[in-house]
Amino acid sequence: MSLIEISGVDFLYGNDNSDRPALQNINLQIEAGDFAVIIGSNGSGKSTLAKLLNVLLTPSQGEIFVAGLDTTNPDNTWKIRQRVGMVFQNPDNQLVASMVEDDVAFGPENLGIPTQEIRNRVDKALEMVGMAGFQKFAPHKLSGGQKQRVAIAGVIAMEPDCIVLDEPTAMLDPQGRKEVMETVQYLNKEKGITVVHITHFMEEAVNADQVIVMNQGQILHKGSPKSIFRLVEQLKDVNLDIPVAVEVAEYLRQENIDIPDILSIDELVDALC
Amino acid sequence: MLKDITIGQYIARDSIIHALDARIKIMITTILIIALFTIDTFTGFGFFAAFVLVVVLLSKISVKKVLKGLKPILILVLFTLFIHIFLTKGGEVLWSWRFISIESEGVYTGFFMVSRIFILILFTSLLTLTTSPLQLTDGIEYILSPLKRFGVPASELSMMMTIALRFIPTLLEEADKIMKAQQARGADFESGNLIQRAKSLIPLLVPLFISAFRRADDLALAMESRCYRGGEGRTRLHELEFRYYDFIALIIIIILAVAVSFY
Amino acid sequence: MLIELNEVSHVYQDENNVKALKNINLEISRGEFIGIVGHTGSGKSTLVQLFNGLIIPSSGTVKVNGKNITNEKSNLKETRRHVGLVFQYPEHQLFEETVFQDIAFGPKNLGLKKDEIRERVEEVMGLVGLDYDEFKDRSPFNLSGGQQRKVAIAGVLALKPDVLVLDEPSAGLDPQGRKQLAELLKYLYQELEMTIILISHRMEEIAELASRVIVMHQGEIVIDDHPIEVFSREQKLHKLSLDLPQITEILHRLEERGLKVNTNLFSISEASAEILKALRSK
Repeated sequence: MSLIEISGVDFLYGNDNSDRPALQNINLQIEAGDFAVIIGSNGSGKSTLAKLLNVLLTPSQGEIFVAGLDTTNPDNTWKIRQRVGMVFQNPDNQLVASMVEDDVAFGPENLGIPTQEIRNRVDKALEMVGMAGFQKFAPHKLSGGQKQRVAIAGVIAMEPDCIVLDEPTAMLDPQGRKEVMETVQYLNKEKGITVVHITHFMEEAVNADQVIVMNQGQILHKGSPKSIFRLVEQLKDVNLDIPVAVEVAEYLRQENIDIPDILSIDELVDALC
Repeated sequence: MLKDITIGQYIARDSIIHALDARIKIMITTILIIALFTIDTFTGFGFFAAFVLVVVLLSKISVKKVLKGLKPILILVLFTLFIHIFLTKGGEVLWSWRFISIESEGVYTGFFMVSRIFILILFTSLLTLTTSPLQLTDGIEYILSPLKRFGVPASELSMMMTIALRFIPTLLEEADKIMKAQQARGADFESGNLIQRAKSLIPLLVPLFISAFRRADDLALAMESRCYRGGEGRTRLHELEFRYYDFIALIIIIILAVAVSFY
Repeated sequence: MLIELNEVSHVYQDENNVKALKNINLEISRGEFIGIVGHTGSGKSTLVQLFNGLIIPSSGTVKVNGKNITNEKSNLKETRRHVGLVFQYPEHQLFEETVFQDIAFGPKNLGLKKDEIRERVEEVMGLVGLDYDEFKDRSPFNLSGGQQRKVAIAGVLALKPDVLVLDEPSAGLDPQGRKQLAELLKYLYQELEMTIILISHRMEEIAELASRVIVMHQGEIVIDDHPIEVFSREQKLHKLSLDLPQITEILHRLEERGLKVNTNLFSISEASAEILKALRSK
């Protein structure tokens, strides 16, 4: 069984008067250790999907299993939240305490971990996100990228199997975005943590094992980054950003220049010269 | 302008005052405040002022910084002073003009009250200046915890305080930004009479409240996703721990307070 | 000269006393489109708040339309009518019950008559692409994020400023929203001959729109030049850890590998055609 199994899931918000559910017939498996990227424009349902994984919402129809645990069973809620940590978009609105180390400790404290063990976990988690030495800092003195890394550390300290990041880079400058992406990739590649990264920046999908494109509450495409980036026109139709290198490659291909599937500037340059 | 407020601020230093247990500091502050109200001589205030000075020096926080914290209450203090000077009657008439008169009793009471307020504020601001907000809330939670049996949600109250402290700087920053944005659209926060001024705050307060609610929503989700479910079963990164000098400090203060009160 | 800064420095008065700006000299003429780039904390936002007196510099003088705004407090309101400032995430400043009232806030503060206010609101809603009859009575809080941003920008345009300053106006917008914003800025600049100052992290945006680029670093202006010149200084930008526009990066890299391309093209279709031409003639 996969770490995350979603089958036949619909979701309709209670206060929503429109006929269209926020999610419609979602089927998806994410394997342990994978780096999955979900892309979609605003209102495509990607954030709703993220909340379902952490039992902040439960499906209106269909079922979701996380590490074999059914999310619709209330007895599983806290177990699942410990195994699937979540990082949100706004770096200012998810840090609880006025000191970095107290914030990172918040999750373990809730789990009832003994004091000495919390200390170890906090220091280890801060080191893993490259924020060692910031223990005593106040969150409002940190840059956006640093705040997000503290938020990630707060999740890591709960020792989850999987981290779901809901547009963690949307409000950051290029520097902060880079910091966060490098941290996430390090945690996935070096520490074996499963990552579900939700974004509307297509470039962030380049290194993924699996890319899921969402539009209007449905999964439009699923596959490797290369297979997805071949669909330039369709992605543009659903209001997604195409990396410039991919767009140039597509233009040249249509002019009958033979170019393999490329994802980055490096690959494009190598293909052309 | 909004960032000038220093009441409730914490200044980290490596001092014996900082190292005292938060619960002891809260108890000491309470004892001293009670003692302060039993005092009825200026000699007593002088003694207290000297004591505050010693504590400030021990805390390694600059005297200037501590005094700066008194600035916001200056208006309140002056108000108290004038009320007493002009309205409290008795003793010698020092000065009079038509129906207004200043009498010695009023001047005495005025300065008496002002000294008391100053020392009171100094004590409490010393508590917050030398105790991190988190220790402070933990201390309050501990002191309130016997009341849990009567249904007082001590842990939840302390969590609320923690969050409030965390978000004050963020919201002040935001208020500053919104204020500037509205000023850029020609809003005027500084002139006009009281009613006009109150009205001119709407463009600041509405967005600020909306943003505070949005933040509260986000934060609630984030806390839930990190397994927060009330105080039950929570452990702590920083456990409060009594050490021997905490008790020594407490005993010294009790002796001093009793001595001063009966003096 | 529209805006003139002379030896301007600014220090924030808080516990850190950060020197946000150091000896800035700058002249901005009517009809320019200026792009300002630089890292967070490089002083960009502080700089633009000097232009309408929201920040009074610690030293030096700021002149707007020839008037020194750094010593006479009385005419700041007048200055703010000439220099419109759109802050980051401007939708966070919406507060009125209806879109109409919110956009009318600025003109009302200017003391305009009812008819004129109505006229202006209708005009600026047209500019940002919000249908007047459809949106005027709606609550701004029930609109989508992109629409809210349009309302907020309209609220500043309604002041009819000579200079429009925008701080990261495209942050968080989707490609379509960004495209509409770029069209609006182009229109204001080309057709209405407004002076525009744009702060952005998106080099693509700066390259496409600006006629002059200012690069800031640690409170100083380090480059001030035509976009083509600025983006040809690849080494310097990398040293400041700033990106090139992606398309420029591609053209530079291809040129390094010996493909003969003109590296001064900023539109993707033009650049792609250029690469195609170079490949065919190889």
